[in-house]
Amino acid sequence: MQLVAEALTSIRGGRTLFSGLSFAVGAGEALVLTGPNGAGKTTLIRTIAGFLTPASGRFRLEPGDAEHSLGEQCHYVGHLNAIKSGLSVEENAAFWCGFLGGMPSRIQPALAAFGLTGLRDIPAAYLSAGQKRRLGLSRLLLAERPLWLLDEPTVSLDRASQEMLTGAMEGHLAAGGLVVVATHTPLALSQSRELRLGGATSEPARPA
Amino acid sequence: MSALMRPFWQLVRRDVSLAWKDGGAIGVALGFYLMVVTLLPLGIGPDLALLTRIAPGVLWVALLLAALLSLARMFETDLEDGSLEVLATGPLPLVAIAAAKSLAHWITTGLPLTVLAPVLGLLLNLPPEGYGVLVASMLAGTPAVSFVGAVGAALTLRTRRGGLLLALLMLPLFVPTLIFGIDTVREAILNSAAFWPAFLILSAISLTALVLAPIAAAAALRFQLQQ
Repeated sequence: MQLVAEALTSIRGGRTLFSGLSFAVGAGEALVLTGPNGAGKTTLIRTIAGFLTPASGRFRLEPGDAEHSLGEQCHYVGHLNAIKSGLSVEENAAFWCGFLGGMPSRIQPALAAFGLTGLRDIPAAYLSAGQKRRLGLSRLLLAERPLWLLDEPTVSLDRASQEMLTGAMEGHLAAGGLVVVATHTPLALSQSRELRLGGATSEPARPA
Repeated sequence: MSALMRPFWQLVRRDVSLAWKDGGAIGVALGFYLMVVTLLPLGIGPDLALLTRIAPGVLWVALLLAALLSLARMFETDLEDGSLEVLATGPLPLVAIAAAKSLAHWITTGLPLTVLAPVLGLLLNLPPEGYGVLVASMLAGTPAVSFVGAVGAALTLRTRRGGLLLALLMLPLFVPTLIFGIDTVREAILNSAAFWPAFLILSAISLTALVLAPIAAAAALRFQLQQ
């Protein structure tokens, strides 16, 4: 499986964020988007998720799934955690699991992977910022999606939680998944490649 | 198709349980309805004939305004906490998401208000032959309020204090529901068999809204997601 982007151009608010951007991410590979604030990392991720339409260029996932759009084949974790403070940790996870079409048996392992087992009956309103982030990230493990799109996933995570995240990402990559992650924090990933936005917009050198 | 039914009902169930746990939206709608209908007779005075004459109109207009109160929040909470974006990457098309959220809104406002309406009818001296038809007309008409209202809620999603704009945008679209809803009850009071034409048109309006409004709401949501 491969995500291919061809000659992408994105214009937001009259400003060209990137033009002629081409890259390819293969199975088991993570593409790390870096660059200064406002370089277009979030825009690129939201474009892949299908929320934004690029001014020109296109994406495809090979081999494609004709029945589902690219957005339906990806997990999108943006700046917001998409959790309901009125529901408990487990209810939040159970809802997304059911909605995204995961098996109910995945809920407990997903919570355990992000260290939330002990908090599962607590209303999400009482969680700290980092715990909320972990609950948002646990969605990644609730349903199987080939492509993970992560926008600043390490915000408000402590060192141990960052290790939980990289552990989940490594597991996904080892199973042949794809990850596109925008981050300012270096992530300890074995198979990753950096795409720097804001300046160089050509295909970065691929490791052999 | 059955693969889509599970996420659809999951979403409906979550919205209903959130509204129930929150309590706010349901309570505000019911409280508003109760206050308007109880205060009005105090202002008009103890003229029972007059109250009977205006009862269908008052019950319907107050119900519509009470339902409008919670419409603006239909998609707002999901936009604020990022759920809307994740919902959009799910297996359900946006049309079905809009339909599920409209249905949940109807269950949490249209339905409780319909249950309260006959009780308030007592305060307005609604004649006995009007009660059955009143409930039937509201059951038939309130889905149109929730589904058409979803279009307005989606359109005004990113406007601050969009409630007034939503009401202004959507009131013309609620007028047919209002006219035929009131007419159904009025005809039933005057002549027990003559309410059918108005009732059938009211049902037709609701069925049309059920089919067409989610398409419009989904188009508005797709636009909102591009911000």
